Amino acid sequence: MGRGRKRQHHFGRIHTSSSGKDSFFGEHFLIGGPGFSRVVFCNDPDCIEAGNQKYASNYVRSTKYTLATFLPKSLFEQFRRVANIYFLLCALLSFTPMSPYSAISNVLPLVVVIGVTMAKEIIEDWQRKKQDIAVNNRKVKVYCDDGVFNDTKWRDLKVGAVVKVEKDEFFPADLILLSSSYDEAICYVETMNLDGETNLKLKQALDATSKLQEDSDFQNFRAMIRCEDPNANLYSFIGTLDLGQEHHPLSPQQLLLRDSKLRNTDYIFGVVIFTGQDTKVIQNSTAPPSKRSKIERRMDKIVYSLFAFLVLLCTIGSIFFGISTSHDLDGEFMTRWYLRPDDTTIYYDPKRAVVAALLHFVTALMLFSYFIPISLYVSIEIVKVLQSIFINHDLHMYYEEGDKPAQARTSNLNEELGQVDTILSDKTGTLTCNSMEFIKCSVGGTAYGTGVTEVERAIARRKGSSLDEGMAGEEVHTEDKTSVKGFNFTDDRIMNGNWVNEPRADVIQKFLRLLAICHTAIPEVDEETGRISYEAESPDEAAFVIAARELGFEFFERTQTSISVRELDPTYGNKVERTYKLLSILEFSSSRKRMSVIVRDEEGKLLLLSKGADSVMFERLSETGREYVKQTKEHVNEYADAGLRTMVLAYRELDEDEYSEFNEAFTAAKNIVNADREEEIEAVEERIEKGLILLGATAVEDKLQNGVPDCIDKLAQAGIKMWVLTGDKMETAINIGFSCSLLRQGMTQIIINSETPENKSLEKAGDSSATAAAFKASVLHQISQGKALLDASRESPDVLALIIDGNSLTYALEDDAKDMFLDLAIGCASVICCRSSPKQKALVTRLVKLKTGGTTLAIGDGANDVGMLQEADIGVGISGFEGMQAVMSSDIAIAQFRFLERLLLVHGHWCYRRMSSMICYFFYKNIAFGFTLFYFEAYAAFSGETAYNDWYLSFYNVFFTSLPVIALGVFDQDVSDQLCLRFPLLYQEGVQNMLFSWSRILGWALNGILSATCVFFFCISAVETQAFRKGGEVVGFEILGTTMYTCVVWVVNCQMALSINYFTYIQHLFIWGGIIFWYIFLLAYGAMDPDISTTAYMVLYEACAPAFSFWLITLFVLVSSLLPYFIYSAIQMRFFPMYHQMIHWITNDGQSDDPEYCRLVRQRSLKPTTVGYTARYEATSKRFEEVEVEEE
Amino acid sequence: MAERGETSSAVGNDAAQVPFTSAQKISKRPKYSRFTQQELPACKPILTPGWVITAFILVGVVFIPIGLASLLASKRVVEIVDRYDEDCIPQSFKNKTLGYMQDDKTNKTCTRSLVVPKLMKSPIYVYYQLSNFYQNHRRYVKSRSDQQLRSKDGEWKTTNCEPESLVGDKGPIVPCGLIAWSLFNDTYKFSVNDTRLDVNKNNIAWDSDRKHKFGSDVYPKNFQSGGLIGGAKLNSSIPLSEQEDLIVWMRTAALPTFRKLYGKIEHDLEANKTITVTIQNNYNTYDFEGKKHLVLSTASWIGGKNDFLGVAYLAVGGICLFSAIAFILVYVLVPRPLGDPSYLSWNRNPAGRWK
Repeated sequence: MGRGRKRQHHFGRIHTSSSGKDSFFGEHFLIGGPGFSRVVFCNDPDCIEAGNQKYASNYVRSTKYTLATFLPKSLFEQFRRVANIYFLLCALLSFTPMSPYSAISNVLPLVVVIGVTMAKEIIEDWQRKKQDIAVNNRKVKVYCDDGVFNDTKWRDLKVGAVVKVEKDEFFPADLILLSSSYDEAICYVETMNLDGETNLKLKQALDATSKLQEDSDFQNFRAMIRCEDPNANLYSFIGTLDLGQEHHPLSPQQLLLRDSKLRNTDYIFGVVIFTGQDTKVIQNSTAPPSKRSKIERRMDKIVYSLFAFLVLLCTIGSIFFGISTSHDLDGEFMTRWYLRPDDTTIYYDPKRAVVAALLHFVTALMLFSYFIPISLYVSIEIVKVLQSIFINHDLHMYYEEGDKPAQARTSNLNEELGQVDTILSDKTGTLTCNSMEFIKCSVGGTAYGTGVTEVERAIARRKGSSLDEGMAGEEVHTEDKTSVKGFNFTDDRIMNGNWVNEPRADVIQKFLRLLAICHTAIPEVDEETGRISYEAESPDEAAFVIAARELGFEFFERTQTSISVRELDPTYGNKVERTYKLLSILEFSSSRKRMSVIVRDEEGKLLLLSKGADSVMFERLSETGREYVKQTKEHVNEYADAGLRTMVLAYRELDEDEYSEFNEAFTAAKNIVNADREEEIEAVEERIEKGLILLGATAVEDKLQNGVPDCIDKLAQAGIKMWVLTGDKMETAINIGFSCSLLRQGMTQIIINSETPENKSLEKAGDSSATAAAFKASVLHQISQGKALLDASRESPDVLALIIDGNSLTYALEDDAKDMFLDLAIGCASVICCRSSPKQKALVTRLVKLKTGGTTLAIGDGANDVGMLQEADIGVGISGFEGMQAVMSSDIAIAQFRFLERLLLVHGHWCYRRMSSMICYFFYKNIAFGFTLFYFEAYAAFSGETAYNDWYLSFYNVFFTSLPVIALGVFDQDVSDQLCLRFPLLYQEGVQNMLFSWSRILGWALNGILSATCVFFFCISAVETQAFRKGGEVVGFEILGTTMYTCVVWVVNCQMALSINYFTYIQHLFIWGGIIFWYIFLLAYGAMDPDISTTAYMVLYEACAPAFSFWLITLFVLVSSLLPYFIYSAIQMRFFPMYHQMIHWITNDGQSDDPEYCRLVRQRSLKPTTVGYTARYEATSKRFEEVEVEEE
Repeated sequence: MAERGETSSAVGNDAAQVPFTSAQKISKRPKYSRFTQQELPACKPILTPGWVITAFILVGVVFIPIGLASLLASKRVVEIVDRYDEDCIPQSFKNKTLGYMQDDKTNKTCTRSLVVPKLMKSPIYVYYQLSNFYQNHRRYVKSRSDQQLRSKDGEWKTTNCEPESLVGDKGPIVPCGLIAWSLFNDTYKFSVNDTRLDVNKNNIAWDSDRKHKFGSDVYPKNFQSGGLIGGAKLNSSIPLSEQEDLIVWMRTAALPTFRKLYGKIEHDLEANKTITVTIQNNYNTYDFEGKKHLVLSTASWIGGKNDFLGVAYLAVGGICLFSAIAFILVYVLVPRPLGDPSYLSWNRNPAGRWK
């Protein structure tokens, strides 16, 4: 488009996209009414009236907080958690005399924990702020006085300003297009950021403003726009432009949305109508449903049960306290006279022992708050952020070609990735590349194209019975010989201009010309190389144009009214440029399943060129045009069998009258305002698309993504079930099922199809309710048949596959059928739902999620998968070429399907393992600590006195024990990533939730109680009443507290060291550092003034450290409290190893490098896998063996 | 919580990430580091039989000598424990202990004879042992004023000391609070063969207490002058830092049964010698059914007499050796390849959903 910036074109009334221009006239009366009150003063943004309108500023804020709102808002967020409220309450109560510890020591940890969380929020928000600043400070040219456009920052843009946006720039706000560098005032817009569609959209300004093409033209430009209020609807817009006395209607055709990009157009002029928060993009951004992982939900339950336990302990304590207090005073007689029960406060008053007990309950609640790990939530958040960073930075999940790393968009679900039970996958763009390759064609009854498709290869493999074929699955991806993307066609009969020598050269010429003309793609000429690339609505279409180019019909220019093609002239053998006048485009729609163009060639002939699905095209052929129908049909069926997408091409010549008649009707239909417009247009189109002459058919391969069969095989071995939900037709879906080993020979296919002949005839009869009933009956019948098959197969090794089409799915998903359907589906090894709508995808996902109770993962790439992604427990978006819609609503985005293997088997498994160990350990350490407090209580008449110094208490969770847990959550690996992948069944630990089962949680809690018991009772038995060192000194309150605390710190940290699988220097640093830090802290704190250090004054330096018994007690308590766990795990490791421990054994024995041995282990330890090529291989070899046996 | 903000702005963010011209496109390839790729060097401990057995043997080998040494040290300590609370009440007052204790006129002197079982080397520590006395009760522990004990300026800081904080119009009690008020006031006098044994009451408190926590300029004031007398009285001419009995008493005990150092006898006591102790049985433990013991004990490197640590060390060491042997036996008798998958837990216990 580079040459000649302005070319004279006729006003593009023919171009389809201008059709919407006048069509919404009917709604314009709304303007000025409610919801349509916006008034924009064009080119006069600073006038007084505009000032009164209170437009939003164009400053866009994506941050969660502002300076002013940060504190209240983030605090509110923090204290929405029950645990945090509890700690806040404790902190507040600690200022009353009920508190067992000093207020400051209790407030500080809370402040630290809340502070860290808030700091995290600030850091996250700051990242957003930086992006905001970058966006808001972008420059755009805004009209100032005297016909000059000056650079202005986006943030300063005002409603009504006239801006000039240049090629490849983003629109700074929602604009009304006034004019462009084209005389027709059109421009091309890329809306990838909005709706994910990669094709360009055409926008066109009003006639009235289209002449404002120079900067200086705006000097006297004044206009007023009245339009709808800001709303979120991207595809509608209603307004009028008042230019002087004239009112011009405005439609979405003139609306340029913020965050879309100007393409293929040198510049445009536009008026700002919505700014900042008012823009449609920002109005549109909604938060996805927030998801929480199962582990976290269970963790909440643990927290609540700990609360309950805590209340129980407090109650016990309070009862005992009440009893002992009431005994203090018997009339005038005081038993424990040293407490002066005769003259006391309410808290200890024996006369009101019940009240005292109740108040003591509050004290105890505060005291035992150490049962609840205060740092739990913040630690988990930190850990999850770090885990997400690992996912984001994993080089194995970085897609070189697309420059796309994996992206964990929410860190909430990391551990859920380790528990996936069912994967629901989209097909196109997910399993397949969505890059279409032109691979075969049938022209004039002759099939061309020698390329072998992926599916053909798979089928060939399937048919061949050689034993090692199954394992050869990895080498499926042979490198492409052709370097042209979208073109994988080889046939010397046609290529390099050889087609002229073919018997039906004229047909081939027409065929190729049709490919070059009949489309809506836009060429883009690379100015340096002269190479042409195409922007097309769909990849198939691009494949056609590319194929035409490669075969000598190079489409190189499109204007509003013409299409220019460089084509080979068969008579002279040279290239000529031909321009076809584009008269009409009859667009593609899913109901029509075809598109056509009407062009006038250079000789003045009128041609109707059509391409479409075989089902609609064959019936539109004329009697004379059916010459090759038989062969073509055969070819088309062959292609479809090979998993290719087919398209039938046909044409006919029109005469002038016919065309003008059509054009009249077509224009009239387009100008209809009411709801019948679409139908009317279709009817008109229908009338002309008939009597066609068949040229041939094309076949385009929907390529499988790299590594898909391999990945599916691994996932199947990991015991994950895989469902494919696709919008494609059944044959294609089944083909893809075969090529990725979800289906194989010997599998019994249960096909539930509503398109049976009976149903079809019913449909034709037209009685809709009867049809529905019959449909349903037939679906139910088929399901129950399937069930019967399933029941029968339970005994035999037969494996079933369920294939159901969308229409049947509608009935199968109804309330009375869905349980049965699900039973059937779960019993089948693979499930493929084809022709399913986005809604159905979401419904199926929900059904699986709710009914099986397993974790579901949905993976998809397109806007039609959004519902499914949001419905599933985890939504994984493929950040492919389809744009951002799926990614935007996903929880995790990856670039290729095959990365799912690593995401689940490695990251998922690790995260699950880490998170579950971490939470268990958290509860362990707090129970171990809390119980020592409780035991001490029992020895202190339940008076609420703590064994430890206030600061020991408060630092326990924050400093001495928290970092090792975080390190565990971030770094621990039970087995290395290679081994995770080599032994996929390891993943079942997560699916069956073996590491976070209630028994395991309870086990850790009991271990905590055991540790606390060891610590407390061994300590008090060891020091009892006697002197504890040579100097004859006895153990006081502070020395016992310090000793016990030292033991707890040692035990808890060493327990961690014992249970950890992966010791990096960071773990060493944190674990041993935590212990050393305790001693350092004790020294430093003990050296402080006694007013500050109180009971800790000089306690280590003077009393403990010089005493042998202190060290002996520490060593003894440490070893004896770890001994039970050690014996337990030694026995478990030896006799009842879990799967990861098995792998440890294998690695330890050095057998993991022996592939044969690994395979053996896999075989023996596996449930038979049902899908994937390993299963296929096994099935084949089993048959092979059976045959051998029979032969013997 | 965090994702809400992120996604609501997602559209805008992505626009920001796309550079203006494709020429300046920066690769998003993650940078390699061992940290982000989770490839940090690490040791991966596995509980192999070798390790388990080694660990058990190691613990056994270390613990048994320690246990023996501790037990020996404890056995070497000579200890005389004498409970006197019951015997020191005249028969006639058995049921009126309160009256007996509160009456100034009753004779509370009580004489006991103790036999030295073995040679006791100097220093011999004299303890009193109280039981069922909750020095760790929260009301009791809190009832003191460290500022007041430390310096004269803190005299009025008595808020925690209620009800032993002030005496009418005479100002604050020094030392205030229940702990000081209930100071132990039994006294012991020792003699062997009518020769008096001196009890050294110096240096029985921790240095840090004497030097830093109890002021040398703080003198007892208004102490035990209220209506109800708790325990011992203090000589108001001696500063608190030298009132070692008080200092020892003020270091509250952790458990309801506790000993406190009374003094030191710096003479060796021959075996079978009889010590005569003259006790002033002033302190009322009868009301709360507490016992009183007098304890004479020597000390070894491990402290006083308590076999627990020694026995416990021996026990754990024994268990470990036993476990080691058990594991070795298992290893020898039932050898199996470690990576035998038939031991896999879910081979034997398949998940219900699968056949």
